[in-house]
Amino acid sequence: MLGAYLPILLLVVISICFGLGALVLSSFVGPKKPSKVKLQPYECGCEPVGSARERFSIKFYLIAMLFILFDIEAVFLYPWSILFKKLGMFGLAEMGVFIAILLVGYIYIWKKGALEWE
Amino acid sequence: MGYEILGLPLIYYLAMLGKVIVVFLFVLLTVAYATYAERKIIGHMQVRLGPMETAWHGLLQPIADGLKLFFKEEIIPSQASKLVFLLSPFIALVPAFIAFAVIPFGDTIEIAGYKIPLQIAAYYDTAAGKVIDVNVGVLYILAMAGMGVYGIVLAGWSSNNKYSLLGGLRSAAQVISYELAASFALVAVFMLSESLSLQKIVADQAGVFGWYVWKQPLAFILFCICSVAETNRTPFDLPEAENELVAGFGTEYSSMKYAMFFMAEYANMVTVSAVAATFFLGGWQGPTPWPILNFVAKVYFFMFCFIWIRATYPRYRYDQLMRLGWKVFLPLALLNIVVTGIVVTLFK
Repeated sequence: MLGAYLPILLLVVISICFGLGALVLSSFVGPKKPSKVKLQPYECGCEPVGSARERFSIKFYLIAMLFILFDIEAVFLYPWSILFKKLGMFGLAEMGVFIAILLVGYIYIWKKGALEWE
Repeated sequence: MGYEILGLPLIYYLAMLGKVIVVFLFVLLTVAYATYAERKIIGHMQVRLGPMETAWHGLLQPIADGLKLFFKEEIIPSQASKLVFLLSPFIALVPAFIAFAVIPFGDTIEIAGYKIPLQIAAYYDTAAGKVIDVNVGVLYILAMAGMGVYGIVLAGWSSNNKYSLLGGLRSAAQVISYELAASFALVAVFMLSESLSLQKIVADQAGVFGWYVWKQPLAFILFCICSVAETNRTPFDLPEAENELVAGFGTEYSSMKYAMFFMAEYANMVTVSAVAATFFLGGWQGPTPWPILNFVAKVYFFMFCFIWIRATYPRYRYDQLMRLGWKVFLPLALLNIVVTGIVVTLFK
């Protein structure tokens, strides 16, 4: 098992070194002339108004929560999909019930308007 | 075999080093020349010439671009969260490069009596007499695709810029929505392969007519469109919609940090192309008798489609994009699973 995962570790190390190397090299050869105005957040050339750390639309939270719910259901489907030829009719019926329950939740959020972007 | 480290022969480590370096360079070169190919192809599609100045027909353009970015100033906005600001390019870049590790790019070859499977995260166990690879390869790819989102959303947040924040949030919502549809679409493939190991999935698709694209055309189409959305490419490039968000999450990034996001985007393109080729077009199995050529040709075919799509379609609106993901692709992928289940159980 170790033999299969070791190369991934090596690839991680190489990618990080590559990124770090590029960053360090460019910080040596690039010019450095910071000024107060240059270091301000960009806002079409005007003076920045307020902070960017503001509240934002609740829709994004909603999408994140729905994603977690449905992704867990997707993960449940993975082991089933591998075994399902062996499980035969029983496995199919059981997963039918599972997907039906999932579908009820899906129709509910659709009717509630959680999938609308206005 | 003689000398061993951690129970693995020395030649294993040499093979590992060789494979990792070759694949890393392959991805890097493909990324560099994908930018050139993109400008050239879109140029010709719009009856322009594209880059022409650096070397013959602009062939050295990617190198010139890379060098230029090295000599640009590193700007870190004074109000940014410095650590996260510096870290997020890495969080975007590293998963993009390492996702390639589980993709088999050729058959098992033999060097000096030692069998080497052409897949980074795999080796030949001489005692057991078979290839051992990461048996949850698919989950690994999906996990890496999920990790990339952190890079983008943290970049957006840490810049402390309104455009960056909106771009980062949009991107996160978009990528997770489409990742959901893509992972449901892939379930149908595993129902046929009965394994999450990519070695097994490729081995199952021997011969052009054994490709899963013939058995799962709907899953193939869903996965391809979701890939375009997941890599934030046109027509789903809302996170960087320049006419509303300047440059989205990358607005405050300059020099090499910008280049890292850019490379991550293109490396993701290479990876999803390779994934699509592996799951649906038989990976290295197929039309010609040269496995590596088959694989590379299929990857480049998908890359070309990415560029072609960009030249053809206008950008979606954000509400249309989310509607498409949640109200069309998700139910279609579920339906595909149910139909596959019924058909396979009845006619096996």
